[in-house]
Amino acid sequence: MADLQSQDYIRRSASTMTPPSIRNHEQEVAKLIDVSRCIGCKACQSACMEWNNLRPEIGHFEGSYDNPHDLDPSTWTLMRFTEWEDEEGNLEWLIRKDGCMHCEDPGCLKACPAPGAIVQYANGIVDFISENCIGCGYCVKGCPFNIPRINPVDHKSYKCTLCSDRVGVGLEPACVKACPTGAIMFGSKSDMTVWAGERIEELKSRGFSNAGLYDPPGVSGTHVMYVLHHADRPSIYAGLPDRPQISGFVGAWKGILKPVALAGIAFTAVAGFFHWVVAGPNEVQPEDEAEARHLLHKGDDAP
Amino acid sequence: MTHPKGTLTRNTTAARINHWITGGCFVLLVLSGLSMFHPMLFFLSELFGGGQWARAIHPWIGTVLLVSYAGLIVQFWRDNLWSRDDIAWMRAIHRVLVNEEEGVPEVPRFNAGQKFVFWSMALLVPVLFLTGLAIWEIYFFPYTSIETQRIAVLIHSLAAIAAIIVWIVHVYAALWVKGSIRAMTQGYVTPGWAWRHHRKWLRSLAASGSPGPRPRSGDNAAARSRKGR
Repeated sequence: MADLQSQDYIRRSASTMTPPSIRNHEQEVAKLIDVSRCIGCKACQSACMEWNNLRPEIGHFEGSYDNPHDLDPSTWTLMRFTEWEDEEGNLEWLIRKDGCMHCEDPGCLKACPAPGAIVQYANGIVDFISENCIGCGYCVKGCPFNIPRINPVDHKSYKCTLCSDRVGVGLEPACVKACPTGAIMFGSKSDMTVWAGERIEELKSRGFSNAGLYDPPGVSGTHVMYVLHHADRPSIYAGLPDRPQISGFVGAWKGILKPVALAGIAFTAVAGFFHWVVAGPNEVQPEDEAEARHLLHKGDDAP
Repeated sequence: MTHPKGTLTRNTTAARINHWITGGCFVLLVLSGLSMFHPMLFFLSELFGGGQWARAIHPWIGTVLLVSYAGLIVQFWRDNLWSRDDIAWMRAIHRVLVNEEEGVPEVPRFNAGQKFVFWSMALLVPVLFLTGLAIWEIYFFPYTSIETQRIAVLIHSLAAIAAIIVWIVHVYAALWVKGSIRAMTQGYVTPGWAWRHHRKWLRSLAASGSPGPRPRSGDNAAARSRKGR
């Protein structure tokens, strides 16, 4: 997509200038994943592979329905299955479609050192512009959801694009198109929030009193949201973070440290220069040579 | 290398080669490292053939530097041991800074400032190497948790900035104290230089009849003095 002038960036990695953003009269989009309607058919996984021409390597059976068993450079979305027992001992089969959450405040983009390797469009989609990627893995450290994966062959980082190429021409993402139960919906973020509200009401009427929307404020909200029947404890859904936010270590490294470090280096260099101006070089004087000669040849004069 | 008559050897050929391998690695590490540290310095990656190359080569240069600095430690640790005299010298640093070294406690082969540079790097280089391993994505990603890597990259940056500042002090001191650059390029200094900056070192060389860089040890010195120097 890098060659198509999108001109609607709201964020661009490792950039100190405002990126091209004139075409920003755009609604924020969101994908809404209603886990209570998911049947775990993996049509979304297949559609993702199909549309994006991804073919992960055939793996091994790991003793669970998860297949493949983790995200990888060619697996941008993955159904994660959890067998969970509530307090009364009732078994619930929790199925969550994992993948990039398209954070409003993306940790990957904050951590990225390569100008323009990660961008965020005005519609909220966070996209990797792979030709600018240097393969350092900083995005992996920045991400609160453990999503990006580095391909060892081309040393590029990959993740879900939210089908930015499809959305850009008015289509819905491939996974949304393929979902047979309507568990994955796509539209403007405000529409999806309203729709989620209706679903949550219904779930509450069915006895899921903790049903709710997962749109975590720690990353200023996300452009992929979940309807969870147990929104009070997201982590039971295969480790979905309860309160995701960009790590404080990443915040310090990419925040205060950068200006402080450059100022410290510059200060030291300037201090050196002004020392030279004030005190000047420390040069050996003829007296020093005479004294040294005297010392070295003291022995020669001895009897 | 032949040195002019009457000069003293400050650094052996091995030490000089070792030093410049370290120095060369350090400069390349600073350039490639800063390119990945601050967006405004990303252009430095072009010196290495682009971002991918800078990212790929940086840890290998770091590995060479670790080995090289280990060599410097082997060659220089003994003359860098801290002593009481160093504290007295530090107390008189204001006189040293204005080029008035007369009356300042006499200095052996290295002064307290040089020892500070030596031990700072002796600490920072291993820290940089170990934290660097944790963030060497291609080979070492699976061995530590992502949270560990976040801490490692922060420590790596802090240690790198500290090392750069120490390095600026080191380079400036070499430019400031005339004769120091030659001591590390051609390897020799004049006796007057030694008298002015490292009088204790000069006295120890004179006492044992050594041309430098270290005084002759016991037997050699005795043998030489028996020859009726």
